[in-house]
Amino acid sequence: MTINLLLLMALTITALGSVLKKDLVKAAIALAVTSIILTILMFRLASPLAAVFELSVCAGLITVIFMSTISLTKPLTAQQEEERLHSRAKHFASLPVMVIAAAAVLVFVGIPTNFILPPAAPAGDVRNVLWNERQFDLVGQMLVVLAGCFGILVLFKERVKTTRRAGAAWMRAIPPTAAGDKFNNGAQAPMKDDEVVSETVPFESVGRKT
Amino acid sequence: MASLLILVPLLGVILLNLPLRFLKRLAFPFALALALIQASLALFLPADLWNRIVVSFDGLGNFNLTVDRLSIVLILSIAIVLFAALFVGWFTIQDEKKRFNFINLLILAVIGMNGVVMVRDLFSLYVYLEVTVLASLVLISLDRDRDGLEGSFKYLILSTVATVMMLTAIALLLMTTGSTSFSEVAAALKTRPDYVTTLAVAVFVGGLSIKSGLVPFHGWLPDVYSSAPAGAAVLLAGIVTKATGIYTMIRLVTAVFGFTPQLKALLLFIGAISIVVGALAALGQKDFRRMLAYSSISQMGYMILSLGTGTPLGIAGAVFHLFNHAIFKTQLFVNAAAVEEQTGTHDMDVMGGLSARMPVTGATSVVAFLSTAGIPPLAGFWSKLIIIVAVWVSGYHIYATVAVLASLVTCAYFLSMQRRVFFGKLAEEFQSIKEARVGILVPEVVLALITIAIGVLFPYFLNSFILPMISIVG
Repeated sequence: MTINLLLLMALTITALGSVLKKDLVKAAIALAVTSIILTILMFRLASPLAAVFELSVCAGLITVIFMSTISLTKPLTAQQEEERLHSRAKHFASLPVMVIAAAAVLVFVGIPTNFILPPAAPAGDVRNVLWNERQFDLVGQMLVVLAGCFGILVLFKERVKTTRRAGAAWMRAIPPTAAGDKFNNGAQAPMKDDEVVSETVPFESVGRKT
Repeated sequence: MASLLILVPLLGVILLNLPLRFLKRLAFPFALALALIQASLALFLPADLWNRIVVSFDGLGNFNLTVDRLSIVLILSIAIVLFAALFVGWFTIQDEKKRFNFINLLILAVIGMNGVVMVRDLFSLYVYLEVTVLASLVLISLDRDRDGLEGSFKYLILSTVATVMMLTAIALLLMTTGSTSFSEVAAALKTRPDYVTTLAVAVFVGGLSIKSGLVPFHGWLPDVYSSAPAGAAVLLAGIVTKATGIYTMIRLVTAVFGFTPQLKALLLFIGAISIVVGALAALGQKDFRRMLAYSSISQMGYMILSLGTGTPLGIAGAVFHLFNHAIFKTQLFVNAAAVEEQTGTHDMDVMGGLSARMPVTGATSVVAFLSTAGIPPLAGFWSKLIIIVAVWVSGYHIYATVAVLASLVTCAYFLSMQRRVFFGKLAEEFQSIKEARVGILVPEVVLALITIAIGVLFPYFLNSFILPMISIVG
């Protein structure tokens, strides 16, 4: 029981670390460590196959994907870090207080454990169950991977952007409306009618600036 | 037959992405064929053929899918919205590669939703919900502009919160009942109702409320609907929130959780608040799509209010309103896409008198808003009538009155929208706009015709479509 408690506390600490750390690489490593602790917990809960899947996918594959993604982004400048830290502290100052209060309430009231059924005899070997009874979920898994691939294609592929807007030549003559220039997405200087601007749009120039 | 709705599009997506040049041009016809075939299957295939296993070699393809009348209504709605979103996306996106990606993601989202409406197991429901959400996320951020990425991020975070709540509930139910299939959980919930299962049901309903955009979890909906590109917004507003949120709520409450008095009271209350807050918030909007988003929240409140009565008539009303909402909300978003493409703005105060230059769009928009407000003889009138009658007959007179009054507010904000956008004097800068392209006119006209047809031919549908719905309630 004590070991489980220690593992859970370590899990919470590394998970918090992965969310709060400023450096993205360190955050990704903290996520990998979280996953390793989760693997140990799963071993202790007598499900070795789930533990192996967790280790190979989360601590292995996900960390690799994160590292390759992070290598495409620019790190924050010192000033941006300051601002981010301040806004974080402002927004989330009450969270630790609420967690400690909730924990105190639970300790006082006592967490009931009498609803858990005695462990049923396992219906079959995991591999058997997975392939014979859960095929539909495996197809779902395939779909998730496909959708993820398209996500990566859409979000990360560099493309040549031509910015001659079709049809709305009048639009460049009038100033943005009071309600905000949503359609233009803040395009600054008005362009001439037949001016074609080609530029490669790498990911870092979209959405990273605060 | 049911598994083909998943396997054939999946095979199609895999084949379309093989590195052969001519395949890119087959994307649009393939998706169009999928939509038409799915709609015809939903309308014309006899019930027993649906559940027959067609594909199975060696134990593969042996999925546990069941299709009943509720699923058929949803499958039809998915097919119709796919049709509309396909046309809008294809004709509003300029870049070739983006168009191809859009079609693929659209098909993936539709596979996910087909899976959601056909499963009979809590965990498979979760998996296919995630497929739909993932495909929708990428669709929202297709343009890679700041608004789209922000909207996609909001949807991601709130959807993850909702799925975490659902997973927690599934875990609790698995612990106490030992299984995740609908029938076994339902049987176990009847025999041992205790506070843990009540907690699980409450957490699940909370997660589903976030997914459906019901008040007080509706914060993400207007932002996401207004920042998505046109084709993605049509899909999202037309069917994704309904298939993942409202359908799941109806299915789980009728088949798994059962109608306890507390659950009914909760659903009635959430429904009534959503109706009122959505309608009042829509009154004050300047942005075209945000107004439509708040209107969606209000209409989904109607569906949940009707579900909360627990009577067969109420459930039939909720399902019929779900279908009608899919039609008229998609119609409105297609019109919004047409208007935006021609005028380049979302702001209703700037627009005016567009009906002079865009007569078809204006006329179909009138049909859609009359249907939303519940004006006879259009489809929306009948579904609203059934809902209000069901609520009144169950004894909740105050809720029924609220629903009727909110209907007046609905009429008010839509009239104001119509006047601001389509009627009135044509603004100076819009003198040179033209009617929307044929590609966008096709879904507009088709959807309007469906609305009128269902409204006028309602007595036929009552016997063959609506009343048999009552059989899904035990």
